[in-house]
Amino acid sequence: MASETAALSAGLRHRLRDSDLFRSFRRSPVTVVAAAITAILVLAALLAPLIAPHNPYDAASLNLLDARDPPAWQAGGDWSYPLGTDDQGRDMLSAILYGMRTSLGISVAAVLLAMALGIALGLLAGYAGGWIDTVIMRIADVQLSFPVILIALLVDGIARALLPHAQQDRIAPYVIVLAIASATWVQFARTVRGSTMVERAKEYVQAARVTGVHPALIAWRHVLPNAMGPVLVIATLNLAFAIQTEAALSFLGLGLPVTEPSLGTLIRVGDDFIFSGEWRWMLLYPAIALAGLALAVNMLGDWLRDALNPKLR
Amino acid sequence: MPAALLEVEHLRIEIPTRRGLLTAIDDVSFAIAPGEVLGVVGESGAGKSITGSAIIGLLEPPSRIAGGRILFDGRRIDDLSGEAMRRIRGKEIGAIFQDPLTSLDPLFTVGRQLEETIRTHLALDRAAARRRALALLQEVGIPAPEQRIDHYPHEFSGGMRQRVVIALALAGNPRLVIADEPTTALDVSIQAQIIQLLKRLTREHGMAVMLVTHDMGVIAETAHRVAVMYAGRLVELGPVRDVVMRPQHPYTAGLMAAIPSLGERVERLRQIEGTMPRLSEIPSGCAFHPRCPQVFARCRVERPELMPAGNATVACWLHAPSRKTAHG
Amino acid sequence: MIAFVLRRLAQSVAVMLTVALFAFLLFRFVGDPVNNMVGQDTSLQDREKLRQALGLEDPVPVQFLHFVGRALRGDFGISYQYARPVGAIIAERLPATLELSFTAAFLALALGLPLGVYTGLHRDGRAARLLLALSLVGVSLPVFLTGILLILLFSVALGWLPSFGRGDVVQLGGWATGFLTLSGIKSLILPAITLALLQATFIMRLVRAEMLEVLRTDYIKFARARGLPDRIVNLGHALKNTLVPVITITGLQLGGIIAFAVVTESVFQWPGMGFLLVQAINFADIPVMAAYLVLVSFFFVLINLIVDILYYVVDPRLRIDRSAAGAHGF
Repeated sequence: MASETAALSAGLRHRLRDSDLFRSFRRSPVTVVAAAITAILVLAALLAPLIAPHNPYDAASLNLLDARDPPAWQAGGDWSYPLGTDDQGRDMLSAILYGMRTSLGISVAAVLLAMALGIALGLLAGYAGGWIDTVIMRIADVQLSFPVILIALLVDGIARALLPHAQQDRIAPYVIVLAIASATWVQFARTVRGSTMVERAKEYVQAARVTGVHPALIAWRHVLPNAMGPVLVIATLNLAFAIQTEAALSFLGLGLPVTEPSLGTLIRVGDDFIFSGEWRWMLLYPAIALAGLALAVNMLGDWLRDALNPKLR
Repeated sequence: MPAALLEVEHLRIEIPTRRGLLTAIDDVSFAIAPGEVLGVVGESGAGKSITGSAIIGLLEPPSRIAGGRILFDGRRIDDLSGEAMRRIRGKEIGAIFQDPLTSLDPLFTVGRQLEETIRTHLALDRAAARRRALALLQEVGIPAPEQRIDHYPHEFSGGMRQRVVIALALAGNPRLVIADEPTTALDVSIQAQIIQLLKRLTREHGMAVMLVTHDMGVIAETAHRVAVMYAGRLVELGPVRDVVMRPQHPYTAGLMAAIPSLGERVERLRQIEGTMPRLSEIPSGCAFHPRCPQVFARCRVERPELMPAGNATVACWLHAPSRKTAHG
Repeated sequence: MIAFVLRRLAQSVAVMLTVALFAFLLFRFVGDPVNNMVGQDTSLQDREKLRQALGLEDPVPVQFLHFVGRALRGDFGISYQYARPVGAIIAERLPATLELSFTAAFLALALGLPLGVYTGLHRDGRAARLLLALSLVGVSLPVFLTGILLILLFSVALGWLPSFGRGDVVQLGGWATGFLTLSGIKSLILPAITLALLQATFIMRLVRAEMLEVLRTDYIKFARARGLPDRIVNLGHALKNTLVPVITITGLQLGGIIAFAVVTESVFQWPGMGFLLVQAINFADIPVMAAYLVLVSFFFVLINLIVDILYYVVDPRLRIDRSAAGAHGF
């Protein structure tokens, strides 16, 4: 069994290298650059605790006297705070690195949750059919006619109203993940439902049902692999979207708090200083970081969608 | 012998792809006389449709003409500018395609599509164009044309739609029509009607037709001469009766033999062994040699040119002059 | 035609009622109307009396009916934050949002549609490819970033345009409009462009994709084969077929404008409903949230209805009554 898997994965690697996907990747210099940038950003974000000069979450380490300092290459700057500091004395470079980490973490979590939820509901709707299917799809339809950000806002608002005020900062990350996921599960559910219904009608599935194979096993073994292609495409779309939505929520003050800022939060803080000279490092750098991240992820997603689209080959 | 209306000389069409350069049409030559129906027959992928597209100047990029010439009425048309070619389309050379449903714009009435075509080629005002449109609908056999002219394509049945398509192709009174599988998408009973219509119109207007199809039966009924294509090459060309009754190329023979006749009783339908090669894997020498029951050494190495064989010409070393007996 | 409209209307009402139910549940059970209206020391009896007066002791379905009835009259209760009727607050803020949204929608269409057609027709041209690359940027950048960047450029650096507020407004009856004053118009420019830019890039990419699909169809090929001039083929047949599916999605995109207006209004401190909503969420002002939900849903349902009717008018294939003629098979 192990040797089979080894042989399979070796074959897969060969196929991957020669595949159209990889070739189209190598041919487009823009995509390669985008991938490189994404890789760098992701790596930087993941390694933030290791490479950041300071820990922006540690309130004790903040020195108000160092607040609102410009970047190191300007007068009044200091190389211990390479990109300057914010109004609390937090080092901007560290804040940006940790902020990227938070943004990415929340977005990935939201996409994974949406995927899990969507796949589960999609399988259920497609396989069970009947009124379960109708109910799920009705909810999906109604939800789809509203923009994602409004739904996320709504869920966020309800959660805040329901939760005790004191806990809000601590729970904020979970609330946001839930808010975004509850708005974006629908696309996954729809695709998986479609694939499920197609597979369900096929003869080998009917045979399996007759011999008593558990539906969950059928779903796992047969339906899911067939649906994974479009699911992956939707996942990349959703990732870019989640990053933007989380940033927007944080910018509005309804997302991550200042004590554990994401890039959106940093931008909100920096925005207060837009008419003072300090906006350059307090506002612009986090903004560039967010823009770079969003763009790179979007470009990768765009390339992936084109490469996987059979019609354009 | 009247001067040929259409002459295709050593046409070569190439398609650059990610995996290399493919030759879709390799050194194909034929001619069509005014008023003649030339059938072009072959399997899917043999290159019949792309030849038609090249003639009418609608090759989809990246496909391109890489060699040879196409002459219409003695003038070269393969190197014309876009606008010059457009003026020929519809007016001198027309085309009809396989699927009548997708050939018509679903958002415009049939009358509107007819009128715009008519007014592109003839300087008529709207009222006159409409009258001509009605006449055309009548001619192709659409009942109650005054009502149906304002209907949308989806309101017609398949056979009626194809008649409309034919009317549209005829609107500019072209001298040559390229009909690409005009009956394939229709019910068998309707096919016969459309073929009859095409034959009648051809006679009445003196139109030449290049009838592209994979259906030998349609060719036998409609064409004067037939060209057989295989893997982008022309393998046999001759009067229809000769090619059908006495096929000279093993491939053509195989095609004819595969058609079961009513009186016979057969255990298995006869087929030609193997399949037509993909464009990226065309064999050396004669493209048919791996499947040919009469293959010999020369076939594998040297590509045969067209050579006379009875009333037809055929690309097969079996008919090389040195091998011929006194009776051909 | 009438049957179709009636059916769609019935669907719309059903959706609105569902939304109203949701808003009602929100209003009644997530918020606590009484506790938020009275002080700490109000006696229990007084609270009881208030509950009775507000109808909070009635059976739930009855309360729902009252809720719907009041909503239809524009009465959404009292805002926790402002201690004023929600209806009045919304009425004050609505013109600002509507003016912004419609301006942005118009700009988005005026920009996105022609650019989409152009990049679809000239797909390999340099200008088209540049536009496509720029559009990717437009789609990736979060709306608030675009707004901030525009402010940085036009307000901070160049000082040409104001960066917050609505400028001076003129009262026309109950409607305060910013269109009639110079400062009003200047204040409108940056927020409208911010909103429009995102939607314009969506529309442009969508129209382009549709156009490319259409240009590959058989009927376009046949149109060319008939010798029709490029203008008629591209701007007659191709364009019309492109626009049909684009109508639906554009309609829904306009809904997106209402959504992203929330963010944009916050960036520019535009005194509209979006800004109101953000403050309401911060404050857990349930009545305002519920009212916003109902109102926005109403807009969406209305847009969907109009789009469906438009679709019906434009695409003859949907008029099923006549196509029975094809079934005769003659």
